[in-house]
Amino acid sequence: MSSEQPFITDESSVVTETRDSRMEGQGARFNSRLREAFGSSPFILTKFDKFLNWCRGSSMFMLQFGIACCSIEMMHTYAVKHDLDRFGSGVPRASPRQADVMIVPGTIVSKFAPRMKRVYDQMPEPKFVVGMGSCTISGGPFQEGYNVIKGAEEVIPIDIHVPGCPPRPEALVYGVVKLQERVANGEAAPVTVKPYELEEFSDLERDELVETLADEIEDDELVMRYNFADSP
Amino acid sequence: MSLEAPDTPDTDAADEHTPDELAALLGDLVVDRDDHLNAPGFVIRPDTVQETLSVLKEQAGYDHLSVVTAQEYENRYESIYHLKKFDDPTQEVSVVVPADTDDPVSESAEPVFRTADWHEREAYDLMGIEYDDHPDLRRILLPETWQGHPLSMDYDKDRPQIATLPEHANPLEDHHKDAKSDTMFLNIGPHHPATHGVLHLKTTLDGEQVVDVEPDIGYLHRCEEQMAQNGTYRHQIMPYPDRWDYISAGLLNEWAYARAAEDLADIEVPEYAQVIRTMGAEMCRIAAHMLALATFALDVNGDFTATFMYAINDRERVQNLLEDLTGQRLMFNYFRLGGVVWDLPKPREEFFSKTRDFLDQLPGSIEEYHNLVTANEIFQMRTIDTGILPPDVAKDYGATGPVARGSGVDYDLRRDDPYGYYDELDWDVVTEAGCDNYSRLLVRMREVEESAKIIGQCVDLLEDWPEDERTIQANVPRTLRPDDDAEIYRAVEAAKGELGIYMRADGTDKPARFKIRSPCFSNLQTLPEMANGEYIPDVIAALGSLDIVLGEVDR
Repeated sequence: MSSEQPFITDESSVVTETRDSRMEGQGARFNSRLREAFGSSPFILTKFDKFLNWCRGSSMFMLQFGIACCSIEMMHTYAVKHDLDRFGSGVPRASPRQADVMIVPGTIVSKFAPRMKRVYDQMPEPKFVVGMGSCTISGGPFQEGYNVIKGAEEVIPIDIHVPGCPPRPEALVYGVVKLQERVANGEAAPVTVKPYELEEFSDLERDELVETLADEIEDDELVMRYNFADSP
Repeated sequence: MSLEAPDTPDTDAADEHTPDELAALLGDLVVDRDDHLNAPGFVIRPDTVQETLSVLKEQAGYDHLSVVTAQEYENRYESIYHLKKFDDPTQEVSVVVPADTDDPVSESAEPVFRTADWHEREAYDLMGIEYDDHPDLRRILLPETWQGHPLSMDYDKDRPQIATLPEHANPLEDHHKDAKSDTMFLNIGPHHPATHGVLHLKTTLDGEQVVDVEPDIGYLHRCEEQMAQNGTYRHQIMPYPDRWDYISAGLLNEWAYARAAEDLADIEVPEYAQVIRTMGAEMCRIAAHMLALATFALDVNGDFTATFMYAINDRERVQNLLEDLTGQRLMFNYFRLGGVVWDLPKPREEFFSKTRDFLDQLPGSIEEYHNLVTANEIFQMRTIDTGILPPDVAKDYGATGPVARGSGVDYDLRRDDPYGYYDELDWDVVTEAGCDNYSRLLVRMREVEESAKIIGQCVDLLEDWPEDERTIQANVPRTLRPDDDAEIYRAVEAAKGELGIYMRADGTDKPARFKIRSPCFSNLQTLPEMANGEYIPDVIAALGSLDIVLGEVDR
């Protein structure tokens, strides 16, 4: 092997040249910080968890889940003008089995809470929840309602609360992007409230209410027991 | 009083009856009189409900049972049947049925008016009145295991409750299972993309055909009536109507409350404010119908498709106008008793030109929707002659709005019971005779054009309005206390149909009873009539064409 050019191994100019030549022909927009990190080599060194978190945060599948007024603004967030898909989180999935994120867009009432819990349980781990609107924080304008659960956190853990009645699409976009940031950083949400559980009727403590309903409900039927007196 | 002679009495049934004539017609059935501000009220015995309502329906032509209101007094329960005529809704009559406090039982009106089925179930659920002869008296909004009746006086809202998550069994299994046929039970909802929210359809299939569908509602029952009863007339109730029909129909809903409260407290609204109200309300109607079109196309065509995006785009345009006007995208809280909260945004010329720009591009968009949707052969195959709702069935169920007009029932409160500025403007009521899913969609799309006509005329009027006559609010006392025991039922034409409010004052600054007559509640009740015998995709199309919004169904 004869060559007039010497074979250089540890010259930084070569590294730079190689990188630059790889970047050539690409628009400036494609040369992301990641690309820079790659440098001349197509390999990067990172922690597996960190890489996976970055992947998770960059591509989130949302559960197509409409409850109340907020779902109208949520639809607008997915649609043409606000287009949540720009941020890598705009693919609504109709099945909870395919979803990573659940946006809870509305008031939770007594009849719906067990169903929401069930849908949440059906989502595969890791799963995240964005609470949209005042109703998911505290029950919002309907807080005093006899039938209203005082916030979605009484049923499932929430990662990000977006306040508003309803929040504007911009606010929801902000909330979702914040969630993506947290997911990419591997931050988990602490569960702050002891939630209502779905349990078998026979597992409930035998009190007056349970005795009254004993004839109506089968022992193995799933129930949710609300203690409205203790609600915030 | 609203009882005035109609222009052309054509049949006996449409004839005007004075309250005394009605009393004579009912004879011994009437035990007392309890007149409301909108209609004469006849008190009858609880075991003569069917007889009384039949006489009024067959002999006096009151063929529209708007709503059943239940309420509790210190010494009795009361069910009020608000009757009207489809031909002339200004002719109203209330039938008041008192029931005993200890044992509230009253005869069901279901054999006379099918629509009473759900209304009486709701009355039973929330108030605890039992209806004899009712085909299926169960709770409708609250879980079946709920303890107590929340709107009755002795209800303790702090007591614990249990809700169940049952496995649903096939209700028809016993009857339909033999060697040849085999039925299957299918849950649709409450979390399902095609149910437009949290509706649960208990569907029984025989092969691919639906033999029974039962809408199970109450997944969004957020106590709207209780909320209104806790609020003061002047300011605290108005934010809630926005959240009944939340598909941007806020101003239309606010108008329902405003109209009822203004008539109850005898407030005159300045003409200028009425024009602004009319314009804003029609913008809301366009926004609401655009979403109806978008989601209907979604239901019939599938995924997030072009039509959905196009219609949402047009909604964004009209929402921008509404945001300029009210400061909000969705929950406007713009009406006040006696007017609106503020004048048009300044500079006015800019608002007018923006509005005109919107109106100018609208015919082009509608043309596009017709090309995309209604002229599409596949779409036509899916919707024409499916989900049939004959006019007499629609009337029996109290269906109103585009659902009734799509069945050829010429009923629109904006024209028949005029309010606001509608009777001064040039527009038409849209009806289609097809009775199917396609007709209901066509009615909505043509109504958008009529709304645009109304907005255009309002803009012209507002532009020329003299500057010193721009009164946006009447003088209204800071605290409203309507007369004790004054009762009123007033309705407006909201996006989905007749949205009515019943209110009873008790001399304080809060209503003693606030009842919402939701058009979607009655419209949804017709679903089994349209769906039985059809295929599952046609049920989904029928549901989409009803254009329900669960916030209003469940309240």
